[in-house]
Amino acid sequence: MARLEETTADGRTLMRQTPASAEAQTANATLARKMRRRGEESRFWWLVPTIYIIFLMLPIYWLVNMSFKTNQEILGAFSLWPRNPTIANYMVIFTDPSWYKGYINSIIYVVMNTVISVTVALPAAYAFSRYRFLGDKHLFFWLLTNRMAPPAVFALPFFQLYSAFGLIDTHIAVALAHCLFNVPLAVWILEGFMSGVPKEIDETAYIDGYSFPRFFLRIFMPLIASGIGVACFFCFMFSWVELLIARTLTTTAAKPIAAIMTRTVSASGLDWGVLAAAGVLTILPGALVIWFVRNYIAKGFALGRV
Amino acid sequence: MERTWNNKAWFMVLPVLLLVAFSAIIPLMTVVNYSVQDTFGNNDFFWAGSEWFDEILHSDRFWEAMGRNLVFSAIILIIEIPLGIFIALNMPKKGWGVPVCLVLMALPLLIPWNVVGTIWQVFGRVDIGLLGYSLRALGFNYNYVNDPFDAWITVIVMDVWHWTSLVVLLCYAGLVSIPDAYYQAAKIDGASRWAIFRYIQLPKMNRVLLIAVLLRFMDSFMIYTEPFVVTGGGPGNTTTFLSIDLVKLAIGEFNLGEAAAMSIVYFLIIMLLSWVFYTVMTAYDAEQ
Repeated sequence: MARLEETTADGRTLMRQTPASAEAQTANATLARKMRRRGEESRFWWLVPTIYIIFLMLPIYWLVNMSFKTNQEILGAFSLWPRNPTIANYMVIFTDPSWYKGYINSIIYVVMNTVISVTVALPAAYAFSRYRFLGDKHLFFWLLTNRMAPPAVFALPFFQLYSAFGLIDTHIAVALAHCLFNVPLAVWILEGFMSGVPKEIDETAYIDGYSFPRFFLRIFMPLIASGIGVACFFCFMFSWVELLIARTLTTTAAKPIAAIMTRTVSASGLDWGVLAAAGVLTILPGALVIWFVRNYIAKGFALGRV
Repeated sequence: MERTWNNKAWFMVLPVLLLVAFSAIIPLMTVVNYSVQDTFGNNDFFWAGSEWFDEILHSDRFWEAMGRNLVFSAIILIIEIPLGIFIALNMPKKGWGVPVCLVLMALPLLIPWNVVGTIWQVFGRVDIGLLGYSLRALGFNYNYVNDPFDAWITVIVMDVWHWTSLVVLLCYAGLVSIPDAYYQAAKIDGASRWAIFRYIQLPKMNRVLLIAVLLRFMDSFMIYTEPFVVTGGGPGNTTTFLSIDLVKLAIGEFNLGEAAAMSIVYFLIIMLLSWVFYTVMTAYDAEQ
């Protein structure tokens, strides 16, 4: 699949190999250039993405802007940028354990969930991509329904299930609960990437005397490394952005940052600066890692099926 | 790819099966359990049969929430799908603009859902938010807290802001996979811009569009956090969607039987939709 993307992402590489003569090549290139000009209609095509990106960035900018203001400035004078930039709001978060513990909690359960999800999903995805077995289609469909299940349906039963096991307010409870939608997601994404690896590679390795675990770890996993990265990223993201279940299963010791934010809003409703700073800090992890998966993000959202 | 028949593959799937069963089947059985029982407290349960289902299926509250949710999903699809296609068609195809566009556009997708709510809650406020303040300054009587129409607009614009990028990314991935040869053939035939879109680009985007439509429909059908943070389901009940209503019922009012029955009805709808999704997808794959 990765190979396919390389050629298709740059259609021209593919084209250059097909025409026979150099003449045809130049003719083709001119045509292509004309075509592109025609396809884009005018010189103002860039306006659309630019306007869209501005629309996307404005609310985020406003949050960042607020996070550098004092509460007096936020509530007092309406200004498009902070007049007296302050990092006091961020200092509150980094010095108050009830705030920064929220980040630590979130990161702990998100990492636990990502490791669990991808580890169990790897062999399953391999089975789905290489073998047919009794009930495989039904099983795959059942996994899909869990990816599509409304978290609201599970909030209450999860609470009771994890109470029964005495796991309420632990990181592992949230990590396991998030497996509900992350494991199917990881299986789907990995299966998509694995199906792009030709089966001959497996067969050759077996002929060469590789045992299955050795083949899987030494040969197969490096081949789908990008797929594993994307699956990790998506598990991380979906666990990071989910709040309903995480909030239901935690009270204090494992409370995620997102839940701490909402509590603060409802309790005081006043400390806008700190709220904004906390919001900005929750956006940062996504903003940092997205660069690494930018070419695969569509494929991830399409469950490995672009 | 030709796959060989091997029932031992079950052993590789077993960990996934056990893990997801633990987080899906046991909770679902709890829900089923509650949905057919009633209690007077003290953990004293007795059989109630289909009573709760009767109640849910005949309650105006449930159908109103369902109606609102369907209207919401419909509006979301009508706006986001064409808008997403339009933006994807205008994205740069190469150069430094591509990664910049991809990263900036994907950013809203990676923000925790309640932070999305918080961002728009602040952004729309008439006293301290840019949007609310500007609309007021322009003379609009905008107030998403008291006015149901404004609340709906805010929630819809928020969702468009949050998720249109998903449609854009998927469509863009479909578009870049079209070889230049197709465009050249169209050029030789003197095809119009519309004809290129209709007969080359749209068919090539079929598969990703299908995924986009179904993901957007299902995710908007079970939306909870964002409208909950912005409007709390209000003013009144005007933005109370199915999930919000369900959580209110289950955790707010602790009405276990009714909430459980509603969960099951809700989940069955989702199951049905997933089945349609899966069937269409596999049929489409078989065609290719």
